[in-house]
Amino acid sequence: MPQIFRRSANTLSKVSIFGLLSLVGGLIVLAIVLARSSYVTRQEIFVEQPLQFSHMHHVTDDGIDCRYCHTSVETSSFAGIPPTKTCMNCHAVLFANASFLEPVRASFRDNKPLHWTRVHDLPDFVYFNHSIHIKKGVGCETCHGRVDQMPLIYQQHSLLMEWCIDCHKNPAPNLRPRSEITTMGYRPAVDQSILGPQLMTEYNVNPPISCSTCHR
Amino acid sequence: MTKPQLPLQAPPDAGSAAAARETLLSRTPDVIAPGHTFGSVTDKISGIVLTHRTPIGWFMGFAIAFMFLMILNITIVKLLFTGIGIWGNNIPVGWAFDIINFVWWIGIGHAGTLISAILLLFRQQWRTSINRFAEAMTLFAVACAAMFPLLHTGRPWLAAYWLFPYPNTMQLWPQFRSPLIWDVFAVSTYFTVSLLFWFTGLIPDLATLRDSAQAKWAQRIFGVLSLGWRGSAQHWQRYETIYLLLAGLSTPLVLSVHTVVSFDFAVSEIPGWHATFFPPYFVAGAIYSGFAMVMTLAVPMRAAFHLEDLITMRHIHNMTKIMLATGMIVAYAYVNEAFYAWYSGSLYEQFMFTNRATGPYGPFYWMLIAINACMIQLFWFRKVRDNVVLLFILSLLVNVGMWLERFVIIVVSLHRDFLPSSWDMYEPTVWDFGMFTGTIGLFLSLFFLFVRLLPAISIFEVRTLVPAAKVKTTSGTEHLL
Amino acid sequence: MILSLDADFLCTGASGVRYSRAFASRRRLEGESSPLNRLYAVESDATNTGSRADHRLPMKASEIEAFARAVASRVGVGGVGAANAPQAAQHWIDPLVRDLQASKGKSLVIAGDGQPAIVHALAHAMNDVLGNVGATVTYTQTAEVQPMDQRAALKQLVDDMNADKVALLVAMGGNPVYSAPVDLKFSDAMQRVAMRVHLGLYEDETAAFSHWHVTETHYLEAWSDVRADDGTVTIIQPLIAPLYDGKSAHEVMAALSGAEKPGYDLVRAYWMSPGAASGTGTIAAPPRAPAPTPAPAGNAPASAPPPRPGAVAAPAAAAPSAASATPQFDRQWHQWLHDGVVPNTAFAPKTVAIRAAFASQVTPRGAAQGLEAVFRPDPTIHDGRFTNNAWLQELPKSLTKLTWDNAALISPGTADRLRLISGDVVELKQGGRTLRIPVWLAPGQAPDTLTLHLGYGRTRAGRAGNNTGFNVNALRTFDAQDILQGVELNKTGETYQLACTQDHWSLEGRNLVRVATKTQYDADPKFAEKMEEGEARKPLTMYWQPYPYTGYAWGMTIDQNVCTGCNSCVVACVAENNVPVVGKPQVMNGREMHWLRVDRYYTGDIENPGTYHQPMPCQQCENASCEVVCPVAATSHSDEGLNDMVYNRCVGTRYCSNNCPYKVRRFNFLLYQDWDTQSLWPMRNPDVTVRSRGVMEKCTYCVQRISQARIAAKLEDRQIRDGDILTACQAACPTDAIVFGNINDPGSQVAKLKSSPRNYALLAELNNRPRTTYLALVRNPNIELEPPQAATDGEGRG
Repeated sequence: MPQIFRRSANTLSKVSIFGLLSLVGGLIVLAIVLARSSYVTRQEIFVEQPLQFSHMHHVTDDGIDCRYCHTSVETSSFAGIPPTKTCMNCHAVLFANASFLEPVRASFRDNKPLHWTRVHDLPDFVYFNHSIHIKKGVGCETCHGRVDQMPLIYQQHSLLMEWCIDCHKNPAPNLRPRSEITTMGYRPAVDQSILGPQLMTEYNVNPPISCSTCHR
Repeated sequence: MTKPQLPLQAPPDAGSAAAARETLLSRTPDVIAPGHTFGSVTDKISGIVLTHRTPIGWFMGFAIAFMFLMILNITIVKLLFTGIGIWGNNIPVGWAFDIINFVWWIGIGHAGTLISAILLLFRQQWRTSINRFAEAMTLFAVACAAMFPLLHTGRPWLAAYWLFPYPNTMQLWPQFRSPLIWDVFAVSTYFTVSLLFWFTGLIPDLATLRDSAQAKWAQRIFGVLSLGWRGSAQHWQRYETIYLLLAGLSTPLVLSVHTVVSFDFAVSEIPGWHATFFPPYFVAGAIYSGFAMVMTLAVPMRAAFHLEDLITMRHIHNMTKIMLATGMIVAYAYVNEAFYAWYSGSLYEQFMFTNRATGPYGPFYWMLIAINACMIQLFWFRKVRDNVVLLFILSLLVNVGMWLERFVIIVVSLHRDFLPSSWDMYEPTVWDFGMFTGTIGLFLSLFFLFVRLLPAISIFEVRTLVPAAKVKTTSGTEHLL
Repeated sequence: MILSLDADFLCTGASGVRYSRAFASRRRLEGESSPLNRLYAVESDATNTGSRADHRLPMKASEIEAFARAVASRVGVGGVGAANAPQAAQHWIDPLVRDLQASKGKSLVIAGDGQPAIVHALAHAMNDVLGNVGATVTYTQTAEVQPMDQRAALKQLVDDMNADKVALLVAMGGNPVYSAPVDLKFSDAMQRVAMRVHLGLYEDETAAFSHWHVTETHYLEAWSDVRADDGTVTIIQPLIAPLYDGKSAHEVMAALSGAEKPGYDLVRAYWMSPGAASGTGTIAAPPRAPAPTPAPAGNAPASAPPPRPGAVAAPAAAAPSAASATPQFDRQWHQWLHDGVVPNTAFAPKTVAIRAAFASQVTPRGAAQGLEAVFRPDPTIHDGRFTNNAWLQELPKSLTKLTWDNAALISPGTADRLRLISGDVVELKQGGRTLRIPVWLAPGQAPDTLTLHLGYGRTRAGRAGNNTGFNVNALRTFDAQDILQGVELNKTGETYQLACTQDHWSLEGRNLVRVATKTQYDADPKFAEKMEEGEARKPLTMYWQPYPYTGYAWGMTIDQNVCTGCNSCVVACVAENNVPVVGKPQVMNGREMHWLRVDRYYTGDIENPGTYHQPMPCQQCENASCEVVCPVAATSHSDEGLNDMVYNRCVGTRYCSNNCPYKVRRFNFLLYQDWDTQSLWPMRNPDVTVRSRGVMEKCTYCVQRISQARIAAKLEDRQIRDGDILTACQAACPTDAIVFGNINDPGSQVAKLKSSPRNYALLAELNNRPRTTYLALVRNPNIELEPPQAATDGEGRG
């Protein structure tokens, strides 16, 4: 009887079967990769702010300590975004007429807070506490990166749960003496493989991994 | 087919045993009506698919089924947008129609696999007329069932992928001690293997249809689906190997899938659920309800397409006998429950049993006993086994009974458990009924499509039953091809 | 030894919290062993107090006077004459009197608010004769600054309004149009007033008849002051600036007097003036042109709000000028605000003398035949001021477990006789007025008595309160505001669906609540263990080495002997954990979301049952049955023994709830949270995730508080101390029935209580190993009324 298909149907059928399987596999891999991409995690993405505040300038050039603005980081769960008054402490005098700083002056004048866009934003069902991390020897730059080198602040790390869990399971590589918490570009005096365990004992570091640690 | 050793004629021995055997064999209906040839079998079965005139009854039936399918769509959309609250579930009855339907549908599916796989390994000839549509029934039943584990969750858009083990950004795997995860693997394996098995079995028949089809588009479609089958000896050899392998894979699934589903209950500590005999009880119940559904499908199909010569009274009788046997196992399980309640000495177990029988849902329990323990005794009688209309009605009742059994197990055990303060009643809502009838609509829609578009009976396997298929060998015994 | 004459002193009334605490202090069996108190209760309906009584008698409210007279005469009160107790109480009288006389100076007779004056007088007289005055009873001046007969004053106001003597009516608080006695026809009288102003939290029924409505500040938004019963003064400090630009009553009064000032200034000025503590202080406000004197009764609120201090502009004394805030006063003022009380303001005890033969001046009222109705403030929404409070609407009433509605409570025996079942709508008629209301069978209700709860059936309560329940004020006349006799009941044939959270009241022979008498307890303190279902087994474990809880191990005990079933813990939990309100239809379907519930069981005779309350939070089982079955590990075990619930991981299969034998897990079947109403946003506790639909939730031992305490302790390099963490339910409980703490700390209170012989775990035979355990009940019956039994069976009462 006459052939229904051309000879190329043989090749086509083999290609399509293997192709289909590869496609399915590829889609799964793609999904897993996408989940860690910066599209999802907002990692290393620059965000629009009411005015572009330069951490590099204020930290490296001016030598301002993190805690001057982020005042509650050692005592509270949130580090705090400074009120406009903090900015005006200097900028009432310095660059007092710069048009670039008009939003700050307007905010101060009208008693309306500046609406900063949150860069490090965890989901609402995650309860993170800054103060305990500071207490146990986790430096600012460990999670936030070299803020002193960021003209525009961005999220250094993925802030994914696996990233947090990795450190909770093995904190020693990420610990530093309490005196060095706000140091940018910290290098341990002794090798971290010695210092880490030492600090773990000294600071009694025993991070819980149970779910209610962060999810309540 | 492989080589079953079934001599059709007994050796001419004297003695009452032989005589009794003769009588028995002469009373046993034939597995295929006499007078068929290879061609007539092919023409008859493929004629249903390739005909230009679809019977009006098919359209009417499909229209009704499709309407219920649309109801299913509405209930699913409403469920996804509003939530589980549209059903009657509450605390303490967290599972009701959703899981009853799940277990019911999965149970029904087991008959198809048993017929296809286990009866193949046991070399039962009579499986050939019914295995195709029974296996299709399994697939459609599993499709209906598989919706429920997903949709009964409060957040199905997450359950869809969180129940599967994949490397995620939370360093979390599913909790493998939970029977619901076992369900995920069991049901997905079951569906995959059944699909492969069914499709593999279809390949020679699809090729037959490709060769018999007149219209070019039909030839192309069947051609693609039959994957280039030529019917050569090499093809047949590979075919036999795969088919046996898949049968071997499917056989344990018949037992394991419903065992795993029964673990949903057996692993918990609620009285009425916490019982070690659930696996065999559920498997027997599954086969029982599955064969009832096969019967429910076979009787009308047989009548509508005049297939009485292919699906003969032998098939009807055998199915009924299997229903009787498995039904008796289920009835034995009911007796066991009463015994365990008494023997355990546990206040909670005893209350559970008396609540089932005399509590607010008591009538359902007694209906269940009436059907599954009492009504099936009718199957002992040949007169009943010969009456297909009666068997059709009884098979419907069997499935009602099995649905009620899951209702009694799930709802009645949950609504009154340990602390009397949490006791409450359960009332289904219109959405519960809507979704259930909707799945019946899905099932029937798929089945109607199957009957119209694919060969409902396995052409090449039935061809082996035709007398011309028997070959004499020099040793004198007869073998079938 | 306490005799309650229809007094629900544990739960109703201003001093419920204080009395509960005091009562509980003599119900504990651990710690310093003081002898158990004994409570006799005679009451017309089932109350929390009655449920805790060692001996309880249901008795018609109108018959209690006869009972009181009988006891009083036998105890030695003069002028009562021979009096016979009602039939039902005959067997009680002599043992009761003997017990009273054996406890001279250590007993207490309390009369309920709904009882007539004569019963109160008899109670006072009995306390006097029994030597309780100065020991258990103290008399002081009243806390009200202008004590008056409030009901008579209201009637006077209505008369004045009807006589067109009132030109301006300012209603500050209260809702007289709704709650005034119906025969006063307050709204009709009110409409004759030319200018009507309403100050209130809601635009309620009274506001509807007023020309002006001024938004009132909530008491937490305003400065004020208040006296406790014993006279101690506290300055009420606001927690938040007024959300809706409200004005407090003080500010309105000041404005009306011509000198509008912020509430803070008013309160401070008052307390600067001499005589403030004795209620004669003034606010230095030079009056302008004499304003029309408001009718003296014009500012008497209709129902009883907290007594307002002397903010009325009393002319008289020379007021010091407002500028006399000395540094000394400032220091004092800040100390008062810090401490929460103004020191040395408690009243000194007064000596009073009972008028001789007072009892003979009052004709004893015979108990009328037929049905009578008693009006009671609702157990949750009180008299109607909280009708719009959805939390309280959904809070099940302690004994009936009804929500969102009231019903006419009726005893099962009376209902049987009248052929009524719960939900049947009846028409009550009295004095030409009618009320249609469904009945509800209440075990323990006095025969032929209907309890009608106030506060429902309001038309302008608000979103939550409208269309709930039935307005019983339709029958409540001026002369019968507490007890209404001669009520006629007709069946209507209709039924009304009521939402009840617990239908089954029987323990079904299960050893969930374990009870013994004091005699039995003394003979065998470990009776609770002996009531274990099945054999007492060593705990089984599948694990070769069970998890060593070396750090903190959180646990809780609930002492059923001091729990009064008040349900404060339930509301506290709702407030702390953003638990949603689901509404009546969902409650009817068994979907209420309370993480903690108080189960109520009856045993014995249904007409006068033993009533037991059992708070049921998540038991935080070590071998939790819920954890095993969750497919996504949304519930797992923490290393401190908590059963964690992770809402963001939950996909809602509900297997955990099915497997929980205590059924403490609640599921969000629908989106119960109101995302849209902006006023609810600040209500929510930011420390707890707000759950959307499709997730399971349950008690977490207030893990947010545990986390907070743990971090605070770590920041200070110390361990968490016992008492640092109070779970919300523990903090709210007036009797400290709930104790939470670290069971690994042998010095903690919870560890000590768990080592008590009364301690038992619920359903221990399931091997769940719950961290929440209960302390069994020990009743203290009078052996003359209830002969001691050898074996304990947890059933029956005297």
